[in-house]
Amino acid sequence: MATILVHVMPKPEILDPQGKAVGAALARLGFEGVEQVRQGKRFEITVDGEVTDAVLERIREAAESVLSNPVIEDVVQVKVVGAGCGCGGHGNGQGHGHSHSHGGHAESADAKDLLA
Amino acid sequence: MTARIGVVTFPGSLDDRDAARAVGLAGAEAVSLFHADPDLKNVDAVVLPGGFSYGDYLRAGAIARFSPIMDSVVDAANGGMPVLGICNGFQVLTEVHLLPGSMIKNEHLHFVCRDQTLRVENAETAWTSEYRKGEEITVPLKNQDGQYVADERTLDELEAEGRVAFRYVGWNPNGSRRDIAGITNARGNVVGLMPHPEHAVEPGFGPDSVEHGRRGTDGLAFFTSAIKGLLATA
Repeated sequence: MATILVHVMPKPEILDPQGKAVGAALARLGFEGVEQVRQGKRFEITVDGEVTDAVLERIREAAESVLSNPVIEDVVQVKVVGAGCGCGGHGNGQGHGHSHSHGGHAESADAKDLLA
Repeated sequence: MTARIGVVTFPGSLDDRDAARAVGLAGAEAVSLFHADPDLKNVDAVVLPGGFSYGDYLRAGAIARFSPIMDSVVDAANGGMPVLGICNGFQVLTEVHLLPGSMIKNEHLHFVCRDQTLRVENAETAWTSEYRKGEEITVPLKNQDGQYVADERTLDELEAEGRVAFRYVGWNPNGSRRDIAGITNARGNVVGLMPHPEHAVEPGFGPDSVEHGRRGTDGLAFFTSAIKGLLATA
């Protein structure tokens, strides 16, 4: 099993009322220096078996067609964050188009943005 | 002939019964349709009612649009069948791309529930032909994700093509772009709006009018418009 992270954000030109409210609350509560807050969505999708390019392509398709609405939102990131991608090892994932997590960490430091 | 108007029930629909009642009061036969069944049961028109389909999870209308019945609704709409989306139904229509734009959370973040005045901007759609262009009507409005947004080009197109069907008058209750309360497709058979005409069809149960409390029936003409159009082409 492996976990794929999909990160969706409201488009920059769309007013984000929730983010605005959170930003105002932070200022009220004394968290100074916060200029802007925008609130998005993070999906953690656990899949069976290996995360092949085909699997990632399907997840990317789901991200674009279901998890986000292109009128108001952007898919800013699709990446593998959990173990079990089955590509043959850890720490050498640079050539595989996706990254690995190690041990208990949810995200590896060298996580690669797969959307770009 | 009696027109048959279907009302779709999704998991989480709230106003399907009110919509069916409005259809009946307007003189048509209301036919219950179910999200999981693609059969449109030979209806002549379809209403997607208000509510919180699938709890508004993901985005309002985002999951309901993938219901089996929606494939049939999209096909029928593309073939010219009158389709009306009210509130959550409007959100479903935008998610399924029968209408452009989308709805986001109200600008002021509050749920709003009030009698709302609208101006009928297009009285030539399948659902507005019994109104006059420029006529002001009052119907209930109740939503949390009612702020209509679209990019400037789309908004300009809607304006240029007369596809803004309704605009808020007096107060814009959710921050919708250009005070837009409802829109139509180019053909005029698909109409979506956030306010609820089906709650203003029966004396004693509608919005307050100038003369009497709860007397407003300004929403009834949505349904009589559709029925008249259907009978004229039958």
